[in-house]
Amino acid sequence: MARTEIRVSGFGGQGVILCGYLIGKSAALKAGKQATLNQSFGPEARGSACSAQVIVSDEKILYPYLTQPDILICMSQEAYAKFEPELKKDGLLLVDEDLVKDAKSRDKIKLYKIPATRFAEEIGRKIVLNIVMLGFFTAVSGLLDKEAVRSTVETSVPKGTEELNLKAFEKGFAYGSELLKSAPTAGKKKKAAVPA
Amino acid sequence: MKADPKGVLTGEHYLDGDHACTEGALAAGCRFFAGYPITPSTEVAERFSARIPHVGGIFIQMEDELGSMAAVVGASWGGKKSMTVTSGPGFSLMMENIGLAAMMETPCVIVNVQRGGPSTGLPTMVGQSDMMQARWGSHGDYEIIAISPASPQEAFDYSIKCFNLAEKYRVPVMFMMDECVGHMTEKVVIPNPDQIDVEPRRLTKKSPKDYLPYEPNEDLVPDMIVAGDGYRIHSTGLTHDERGYPAMKPEVQEKLVHRLVDKISKNADKIIELEEDQTDDADVIVMAYGITSRVTMPAIFKARKKGIKVGFIKMITVWPFPEKRVRELAKKVKAFVMPEINLGQVALELERVVSGKAGVHHIPHAGGWVHDPEDIYKVIVEAAK
Repeated sequence: MARTEIRVSGFGGQGVILCGYLIGKSAALKAGKQATLNQSFGPEARGSACSAQVIVSDEKILYPYLTQPDILICMSQEAYAKFEPELKKDGLLLVDEDLVKDAKSRDKIKLYKIPATRFAEEIGRKIVLNIVMLGFFTAVSGLLDKEAVRSTVETSVPKGTEELNLKAFEKGFAYGSELLKSAPTAGKKKKAAVPA
Repeated sequence: MKADPKGVLTGEHYLDGDHACTEGALAAGCRFFAGYPITPSTEVAERFSARIPHVGGIFIQMEDELGSMAAVVGASWGGKKSMTVTSGPGFSLMMENIGLAAMMETPCVIVNVQRGGPSTGLPTMVGQSDMMQARWGSHGDYEIIAISPASPQEAFDYSIKCFNLAEKYRVPVMFMMDECVGHMTEKVVIPNPDQIDVEPRRLTKKSPKDYLPYEPNEDLVPDMIVAGDGYRIHSTGLTHDERGYPAMKPEVQEKLVHRLVDKISKNADKIIELEEDQTDDADVIVMAYGITSRVTMPAIFKARKKGIKVGFIKMITVWPFPEKRVRELAKKVKAFVMPEINLGQVALELERVVSGKAGVHHIPHAGGWVHDPEDIYKVIVEAAK
């Protein structure tokens, strides 16, 4: 795996940055990879478009920004409209199906949908939708070992919320694993090399 | 001396450059912070304010940047390793008291997480256009030290270096970060305290009777005292003699200003840190600092693959400029290439030093984003012709 570029997108308040942070942290501290996280958000704290950009690589990451994402996670309609066009032709697209209504797969993009917010509400708190999404990403992308991400969630979330967050993570992971069984190629696809 | 364990958060972390800079400062023994928040440097202050109650020390959010810099000078004379952090317009506001720090020979660190300018410019976007201001932004003749990191790990490592050099040479040290490194999150390894070398304050061994506050040692740097420790001390921004008393005479001015400059330029070999790669048989040498040194690497790899002999110098210290090394190399190479996120501030210094002995190619960028490695590659090809 030379270099995998991931964009996590949605609106402020959904935990978009934290989701990207946990992907990067799992990769860098638990999976022995290089991981660079950048983030961008509007001037408002909540409600504005925001995105986290993570680069995961086995080699030193030199150019620190995304060139063309291999994986796009969308948690809002606005983010989908804005970022879907830049996704690689054979990329991986993950959406919250209740928040992105018209998600379609173009070219050879593999599209996976999850009702992440709804699951989060069922678990008990809507704010863990980002962790549901993280579990889903972990299962579907196959980029990082489940345990690397799970243990990062456990040690990174606020004290007292570990159980809730791990439940959210497991829910997303289980849903993703189920989906993969009906389309088993997605998690094992070879990543195209991107120049450093 | 080794680091005080209280300030060292040993372990593996996933931190952005701003936070890593704070951890470096705490590890280096910084125990006083005065600043005024400004994007993209605020996270440095934020983390300091959160950490300092556990470490023991003082954090003050000041009324503005003028006051911040004044407080830093005062705290340093009170015996604490001191710092401030700012960006963009805040750096301009600090200039008068940075000059005071230079004149009073006050050890302190000023962190500038550079954004695009001039004026309010691009508050949330990257720039490297304060490099010349870092050097000579205050009035009068003086020299400072400036260091640029290219990753959160380096923000930690070289933050410590800044404090060590500030103490050793009694000079304000500019930690010239940039928004990209400041807001970029990567793995940061913080070693054990006994693996971190820390420069203590150079306190005089003389008795109060024999001590002169501005009597230089062989390295041109005078020893210090801590205000309130029983020594007679006078320190002023006015031109002063070795007693520290105002002495507005051309001969005193001549001696003092030369020493302020010489204590950096004559110790340059000890201060300068460069990372060189394949410079010995190079036709073209690329020089870069901060985030640009990182973005340059793909261009260099590509050029080498095409058979061009490209050497690379990553400048950890930018000021003092590595004049001696550049002069040596200028006799051997066809050309130097310098990309930087400004319109040629350090490149002009490079041109001055190369002095027509080889070509110098600027790759200017006005800011808001980093260079496209492809643009750097094209200039390398051009320079090799």
